[in-house]
Amino acid sequence: MKFLETLINGFSIGGIYAMIALGYTMVYGIAKMLNFAHGDIIMVGAYVIILFLPINPVVAIIAAVVLCALLGISIEKVAYKPLRGASPLAVLITAIGVSYLLQSLAQIIAGPNPKLNNLFEKLFPKFLETHRGGIIAIGSFSIKLSTIITLACVAVVMIGLTLFVKRTKTGRAMVAVSEDKGAAQLMGVNVNSIIMITFAIGSALAALASTLMMLDGQKFAVDMGSLPGIKAFTAAVIGGIGSIPGAMLGGIVLGLVECFAQMIGLGEYTVAIEFSILIIVLLVKPTGILGKKRREKV
Amino acid sequence: MAKLIDNIKTFVNTKILKKAHKREAIESKYVLETRNLGISFGGLKAAQNVNLKIEKNEIYGLIGPNGAGKTTVFNLLTGVYQPTEGAFYLNGEELTGLPQDKINHKGIARTFQNIRLFNNMTVVRNVMVGLTNQPEYKCSLFESILRLPKHFKVEKEMRKRAKELLRIFDLEDERNNLACNLPYGKQRKLEIARALATNPKLLLLDEPAAGMNPNETEDLVNTIKKIRDEFDMTVLLIEHDMKFVSGLCDRITVLNFGTVLTEGDTKTALNNPDVIKAYIGG
Amino acid sequence: MKFVKHYLSYVVVGALAIILSVVGAVGGLSGTFLALLEQSVIAIILAVSLNMVVGFLGELSLGHAGFMCVGAYVGGKLAVLLSSSLGGTNIVTVILALIVGGLCAGICGFIVGLPALRLRGDYLAIVTLAFGEIVKNIFENSEFFGGQTGLRTPEFTTKRDTRFILFLIGAIVVLLTLFVIQNVIRSKHGRAITAIRDNEIAARATGINVTKYKLMGFVISAVFAGLAGVLYSYSQQSLQAKTFDYNYSIEILVIVVLGGMTVNGSIISAVLITALNNILQTKLGGSFAVAKDLIYAVVLILMVIYRNAPALKNFREKYNLTNLWRKIVKHKHDPARVGDDAVRWDVVPTKISMDEVLSTDVVIDTTGDNSADIGERGGNK
Repeated sequence: MKFLETLINGFSIGGIYAMIALGYTMVYGIAKMLNFAHGDIIMVGAYVIILFLPINPVVAIIAAVVLCALLGISIEKVAYKPLRGASPLAVLITAIGVSYLLQSLAQIIAGPNPKLNNLFEKLFPKFLETHRGGIIAIGSFSIKLSTIITLACVAVVMIGLTLFVKRTKTGRAMVAVSEDKGAAQLMGVNVNSIIMITFAIGSALAALASTLMMLDGQKFAVDMGSLPGIKAFTAAVIGGIGSIPGAMLGGIVLGLVECFAQMIGLGEYTVAIEFSILIIVLLVKPTGILGKKRREKV
Repeated sequence: MAKLIDNIKTFVNTKILKKAHKREAIESKYVLETRNLGISFGGLKAAQNVNLKIEKNEIYGLIGPNGAGKTTVFNLLTGVYQPTEGAFYLNGEELTGLPQDKINHKGIARTFQNIRLFNNMTVVRNVMVGLTNQPEYKCSLFESILRLPKHFKVEKEMRKRAKELLRIFDLEDERNNLACNLPYGKQRKLEIARALATNPKLLLLDEPAAGMNPNETEDLVNTIKKIRDEFDMTVLLIEHDMKFVSGLCDRITVLNFGTVLTEGDTKTALNNPDVIKAYIGG
Repeated sequence: MKFVKHYLSYVVVGALAIILSVVGAVGGLSGTFLALLEQSVIAIILAVSLNMVVGFLGELSLGHAGFMCVGAYVGGKLAVLLSSSLGGTNIVTVILALIVGGLCAGICGFIVGLPALRLRGDYLAIVTLAFGEIVKNIFENSEFFGGQTGLRTPEFTTKRDTRFILFLIGAIVVLLTLFVIQNVIRSKHGRAITAIRDNEIAARATGINVTKYKLMGFVISAVFAGLAGVLYSYSQQSLQAKTFDYNYSIEILVIVVLGGMTVNGSIISAVLITALNNILQTKLGGSFAVAKDLIYAVVLILMVIYRNAPALKNFREKYNLTNLWRKIVKHKHDPARVGDDAVRWDVVPTKISMDEVLSTDVVIDTTGDNSADIGERGGNK
């Protein structure tokens, strides 16, 4: 039973990582940059939810998604776009700067202390009356509602993104831009707007991730996005960066590792274990589990 | 999953156990001899059954239409790709499977189709990098850190030798310019100078005349001949400019679709109807 | 002229060290100023050593604090053991701690250098970041090294008139760092390292043993980060592993980048940023510490955009400090001529690009239909 619970727990945490990793993979695949600020957009999303929660929980979530998408677009416009064509190192350092900027701004506005959230209580007051702590019990087996929501959300987003990329004109333009910006531009694709859309989608996914984190009962803190952000990047790399199913797979793998490490009593060493797996994966199969062949032309 | 396990196996075999196939020496009167050399990428046979026999002091041409596998052969000969079939020998010594730097140490140096210089370094330092592994300029890390007399002596000699090499290519006056600021033709020459600095037995030139005007091309023909005579060098080159090839190469091999179409002395091979067909189609 | 250029940093650092030590010996330095000096010395060592990897080898390392952590913990623990058996801290224990701490960090540098042989760019950056977090995580939970409560270190005497000795030792380590790193860079070995940075494929074809030189770069860089760690452990009363998180690595990277990725620039920016940090923190107090972060973030973004944006290229060339200075002194200069360790950082990391993440010898299989995937294919130029 403990095994099953750990498994489900792992899927829950892994689902959140997967959601963040999807955003990372989108941005990384198309803009070819490691958006260090992605984790901090999650934090902004959480803060927006807290801010709008007194009005209505659904409005709060929508507001978070919209505002984060706008934030993503403006960050791209202000900080990354001027550097398009410059060295990737410069872009990476700017991204680090943006991450710092968001964190310190949040600290000034929201204060340094973590804030409790009651998103779950506001969203499902009726459900809580019948199920204590939001837990559904079937016999001796119990599962949290938030876990089910997380997994459903991630599955829907993954399928939606895949269809979007495969079936829509914009999606195909995204693939074209990711393969070769110059050629895509020559074929009449507006590279600027494609990158803008990518950032909007990526940041909206970050807002969704923060919603899931809040539903799971996490407190709002200024640095709440940093470590999950890095871990999600790890997940994206493990799954194969640029691959949408890969991000999902990597996230779940990471969540499972985290929970099973806790189960066997290595809870303190989860970070070391996860990052060791990352290094091993990169050494053995640098493009991740679902990655693909690429060769540099000489 | 099976693929992943295969990957791990290859990784362990090649990177950890360093299991390469056993190399053997053969009797060969050729500077370069390849035996059924080939490589396939997945299902695509980029080159197969390539047999080259290049004699000392020869200027040998490797020609063929676009995508014929010429650069692939160069990449095989310099260790960028590991051949999936066959072997190649330099003066009878098998070099198949060696890493790029070891192959260079054994005596094969090359230039690239798209010029690859050390752009942020000066011209003279580009050449000095080529001298790094020459036994006469040996100087350990500790000798360099502690600035022992050996360090200064070696640095001085390397600079002198680099200048000599640059003089051959009329680049001596540009020696303190950044490599990326040189005009195109001079960049090509610098690449050859850098390759020569590694003291090779066989020099591979990948489209040395690409993008040059007729004057520069003629100049290059003379330079390559000069290199052969002064350095006692054997040259294998890829080129599309037929005038250049017929004016310079002693013998050629024509590749098409990864296989050898024909070989022989330049004039005969170029007039072979198959070759003409491969180039102009039909 | 060349002589001045090569040795100016030694002279300045040496002279400052002597003057400040003399002042310190007569008790003329306040405790806070001494602490600032120690911090600056540590920052210089960290920045110059990180620049070895970032500026000269052209790889991005986000785990420099990890090497420092190894040095600090190993050196600190050794110092504890030695001082309990020898009865007190003296010069010999400091030197021993420095040697052992530096060596252990160097071994870690070797281990981190191994992935660098197969990975490049963002991927390698993430591996170094992961390494730093792993190290932090292990020390944090190891009972031998004090566990969660941290490691109590034998702090170098707090007495004002002898504390300056720690600064003096630090200054000597700075000189050693400069000596080793500059001498490596200005030798055939350094040329090979910068050649790899400029074009790895060409370097291999030119017979450069990329394995050897990449590891050399990583090990040298890690050793000095380890030395900085040992100094740090002496300057503190206790060590907390969470000090050495990736934010710290990034702070060092910021110093290196603001210093223009040159040795001398790293020194200057290390001192300036440490001093600024310190002054802002003490003058503005706790709540304003956040404002400081905000200012740094904005300055960093603006600076990187100003120095790198392709659209501002003409503007930069017209109005840059060096050109202005040349106009003032009417110094004739051929822009094409540059010195040994000049790193034009706007062009340096051409190799840190997504298209070249993998070394050429890595071939990975395509499996299945991946048409839903984004990125990672083609685009090689």
